[in-house]
Amino acid sequence: MTLGLINANPIVHAKKERVARCEDPHCDDAVDPLDIYDFVRDIRDPEHPYSLEQLSVLSEESITVDDKLGRILITFTPTIQHCSMATVIGLCLRVKLQECFPPHYKVDIKVSPGSHADEEAVNKQLNDKERVAAALENPNLRQLVDECLYSNEL
Amino acid sequence: MDLNDEGSHFELKEIQTLSGHTDRVWSLAWNPATGTDDTQPVIASCSGDKTVRIWERSALTRSWDCKAVLEETHTRTVRSCTWSPSGKLLATASFDATTAIWENVGGDFQCVSTLEGHENEVKSVSWNASESLLATCSRDKTVWIWEVMPGNEFECASVLQGHTQDVKMVKWHPTMDILFSCSYDNTIKVVWAEDDTGDWHCIQTIGESSNGHSSTVWAISFNAEGNKMVTCSDDLTLKVWEADIEGMRSGDDQVLWKHISTLTGYHDRTIFSVHWSREGIIASGAADDAIRFFVESKDSAVVGPSYRLLLKKEKAHDMDVNVVQWSPGENRVLASASDDGTIKIWELATNST
Repeated sequence: MTLGLINANPIVHAKKERVARCEDPHCDDAVDPLDIYDFVRDIRDPEHPYSLEQLSVLSEESITVDDKLGRILITFTPTIQHCSMATVIGLCLRVKLQECFPPHYKVDIKVSPGSHADEEAVNKQLNDKERVAAALENPNLRQLVDECLYSNEL
Repeated sequence: MDLNDEGSHFELKEIQTLSGHTDRVWSLAWNPATGTDDTQPVIASCSGDKTVRIWERSALTRSWDCKAVLEETHTRTVRSCTWSPSGKLLATASFDATTAIWENVGGDFQCVSTLEGHENEVKSVSWNASESLLATCSRDKTVWIWEVMPGNEFECASVLQGHTQDVKMVKWHPTMDILFSCSYDNTIKVVWAEDDTGDWHCIQTIGESSNGHSSTVWAISFNAEGNKMVTCSDDLTLKVWEADIEGMRSGDDQVLWKHISTLTGYHDRTIFSVHWSREGIIASGAADDAIRFFVESKDSAVVGPSYRLLLKKEKAHDMDVNVVQWSPGENRVLASASDDGTIKIWELATNST
């Protein structure tokens, strides 16, 4: 058993069937939750070689969009209550969305209610733009985020 | 006066957009010694691109140009910049945990001093009115007070450890040596030293129980008289505070800042910046890309001062507005900066109908 992981035995779920979608992402102009989900579902968990979808950290229901206002809300469920990787997952989500969506979209990222012991504190940190910017300038953290975003599918 | 006439219509006219930074612009500062009579206005701006840019308006063309790029000094985001009251020095605060002091030596800006000591990102820096003191604050939860010595030397006079979280901004009172700080811990702290003892200590903490903010407080600004201040927060409100200025002047350290008004329902995303003009107009910059203006309302139905929205400029920028600052020289001229990497110069004008 690997020592030191926050959650050494996560529950892994089968990947959901991918519904065939229109090839052109702009085939209908409005952005819907599934468009966003497609970008984030395969982000790799910081600790395990599985995607956030496989670990049920994210699901389609995690995402709400107000396309008119340009607002996106993502809630995610860390695998355990005291997950210290919650902020890393939050950063991964933010970076991925920044890359995939026009800058005028406002993104809020939260842990799903009741899923984390320090819910309020984690949410506050994840949505403090200055803290996020400073964290992403930390080379070690940035490297971890990049690994979660860009590692190849197994 | 048109500010009191609720029938007056205002508009925010865009004078110019200043582009050049290659990352978000976090803050800017008008040089206080410029923009009057025969000197052209100068602005310093700082960015996630690790540089500081100096902009000056041409006397001939009235157009703003970038005069200098201060680079290769800070190794991370430059978060805040502020000119000394005489306009001779510029202090820049960076995520690289240092504060740099720059001097304009014959048109060339040189870094003449680097203040070290904070354990991590420095968020804000402020000069006192007499230019004898500098204050800095950081994510390390501390506020440092530095004494300005001859020859561009700076000596740490005090390290204050009152805040329990990241300190977002420090601001000296406009006329007295009283220091204010606001934080991720949702409070505002007031600090002073008895005479010249150099014993700086906190004389007031404004928290939720004193009608304070319920989330991170991002900025503080004083009115011209210095008897009122306005604060802005992640809790989506602006709060106005008042204190007995005469009491403070006579050295009474028991004088407290009291809540007089909360402006709620006007913002639906974090308010990052607030600035009170000499004339009494409060400008706010928020994460919904808008700039808003508020003035005191002479509403006889309400007991005590109240404030009304004068104007909301939607889509002032394409992204979050990080800072709004009134020009010290010209009336009703404002500068703003944004995550979109630009700085905009505006004029608040009345629509003459």
